[in-house]
Amino acid sequence: MRRAVLNAASDGAFYGAVAIFVVLTAFPFYWMLITSLKSNPDLYNVANTPFWFNETPTLEHFRYLFEQTLFARWLLNSLIIGLCVVAITLAAAVPAGYSLARMTGRNGEALGIGIFLTYLVPPTLLFLPLSRVVASLGLQNSMWSLVLVYPTFTIPFCTWLLMGFFKAMPVEIEEAAIVDGCSLFGAFVRMVLPLSIPAILTVVIFTFTLTLQEFVYALTFISTSAQKPVTLGVATDLVRGDIFFWGEIMAGALIASIPVAIAYNLFLDRFISGITGGAVK
Amino acid sequence: MAPVTARNIFKKFDDVLAVNGMSLTVPDGEFMVLLGPSGCGKTTFLRIVCGLERQTSGDLIIGGNLVNDIPPRARGVAMMFQSYGLYPHYTVRNNIAFPLKTQHVSRGEIDKKVNWAASLLGISHLLDRRPRQLSGGERQRVALARALVREPTALLLDEPLSNLDAKMRASARQDIRQFQQRVGITTIYVTHDQVEAMGMGDRIAVIDHGRIRQVGTPVEIYEDPADRFVATFVGTPPMNLVARNGGYLGFRPENFLPKEMINGSDAAEFSFRVDRSEYLGSERIVYGVLDGFNPAEVIAAKLPPAHVAEESIRPGEWHRFAVRRGALRYFDANGKRAMSH
Ligand SMILES: Nc1ncnc2c1ncn2[C@@H]1O[C@H](COP(=O)(O)OP(=O)(O)OP(=O)(O)O)[C@@H](O)[C@H]1O
Ligand SMILES: [Mg+2]
Repeated sequence: MRRAVLNAASDGAFYGAVAIFVVLTAFPFYWMLITSLKSNPDLYNVANTPFWFNETPTLEHFRYLFEQTLFARWLLNSLIIGLCVVAITLAAAVPAGYSLARMTGRNGEALGIGIFLTYLVPPTLLFLPLSRVVASLGLQNSMWSLVLVYPTFTIPFCTWLLMGFFKAMPVEIEEAAIVDGCSLFGAFVRMVLPLSIPAILTVVIFTFTLTLQEFVYALTFISTSAQKPVTLGVATDLVRGDIFFWGEIMAGALIASIPVAIAYNLFLDRFISGITGGAVK
Repeated sequence: MAPVTARNIFKKFDDVLAVNGMSLTVPDGEFMVLLGPSGCGKTTFLRIVCGLERQTSGDLIIGGNLVNDIPPRARGVAMMFQSYGLYPHYTVRNNIAFPLKTQHVSRGEIDKKVNWAASLLGISHLLDRRPRQLSGGERQRVALARALVREPTALLLDEPLSNLDAKMRASARQDIRQFQQRVGITTIYVTHDQVEAMGMGDRIAVIDHGRIRQVGTPVEIYEDPADRFVATFVGTPPMNLVARNGGYLGFRPENFLPKEMINGSDAAEFSFRVDRSEYLGSERIVYGVLDGFNPAEVIAAKLPPAHVAEESIRPGEWHRFAVRRGALRYFDANGKRAMSH
């Protein structure tokens, strides 16, 4: 009897704790969702309860976003920037992480940490020198400047991430391939890459998210609306003076966050589960 | 198929001298066993032979060619890793086929050879599984099949049977040996199991601390150990050693017999106090000390069949034991074999 009570109490505590986290993390999304669907009179009436609809929901904000602003263009810009940065990051970080994990011995460790540290230099310090680079390449006020700049923080972090992953991968797999007749590069392509899909996917999603949410560089380098990525467009073009287009801002934020949420939930779990099992004893 | 020669190979890792001047010639078609305790450099030596590790100094010659600077894939040796190194994203079939695919062998030929290797090792029913769906012993056999499937210049096996149960180990031992003799492939087989070494090797190289202590046939290694290390590493229980005249006197437990068992006068006699007796079914081993020698030197005697079942020699008793002179081995103060002292 006593035991049953204790069990119930511990279950209760567990679900209580989970519930708190769920509320904490889901609330912003809920807020975004209802705000984006509320009509303006509903939004700006202080007497209304803010947590639920007081008047009929409307898609007006979404219509405005797509018809009266460059929102679709911003989305496209973000997508292009994201894809380019992902490609550049992969092209640099996969070979770099592999070399650091396998070929540099003890110095590789220090070098890896050094590379990671550069990720920690805040963009607010870096944008000054980088703006000179951007200017001398004639990329001011163009979204291509972001394609150039974003890899400066995605590559270090992803190199470090991949280095850790490659280190954990049993080296015997590549060695067996090499003895079985592959070159070093052949072993890398036929063994290491397919086995790294979970890590590579992580890098892709991480890089894409990072570029999607970046704000400081975008704000400093770009002022033309048509060149803006979605984060910048929503935050700058939907705030006129001291008027916030709350409905549109929330609708924009919601749309931008949906693909990321889907990517995280669908892909990550599925790919990370046990691809590498069974190689060694 | 080619002879393998190592000349004065050294390998240094930072501050560890893993291989300390090993010279070894394995003639074409020989089954050479490297036997030594854990950490003595066996794996490192194999990795140097197959090219995964570059020796610090020394020469390696395979099939008459100096291969110091030849990459592994051009050396054409097959190696089975101590930890298998299976390809987790391939099926068993593709794991075994991989060395053939890199050689651009035709499809039909690949299928034939894979099936042959799989049935040799009794894993035909596993061909469509992936490594993570196999037991440890099954993985080991897949790794072995992958090493056997192509015709390499030399076959390197790093403790290939360590994960099998006793019964399977015995039959795999036989299979490997038969395969090796049929194909006549030069084989270097690493183990720290002396039963495997004695039973399989044409010759055995006993290694300790990165050095080869002795190379010889199983009989030579057992009967005429080159030094104290070999004498005490091979044999269960190992050779008895007692200090005498500034050197060491050695004799095998099975040669240390109750005096009445030895006919003829040419024998060394001892007073033996039995302290402990072990019954092992087919044999009985008694441990004790010799009168007049250091009591810390524990002496083992393997009793002849007549004494196994009946307990005629019991702990606490003193008995007269003897060793035929021809069975005595002498070692000098440094532990090297001597003719007498
Ligand atoms: N990459 C390495 N870096 C540093 N030391 C190493 C390295 N590889 C091996 N060693 C050292 O070299 C020595 C020989 O190792 P090796 O793996 O050859 O032993 P082994 O005879 O195969 O042992 P076991 O029977 O346990 O497999 C050991 O002391 C080991 O610690
Ligand atoms: Mg080893």
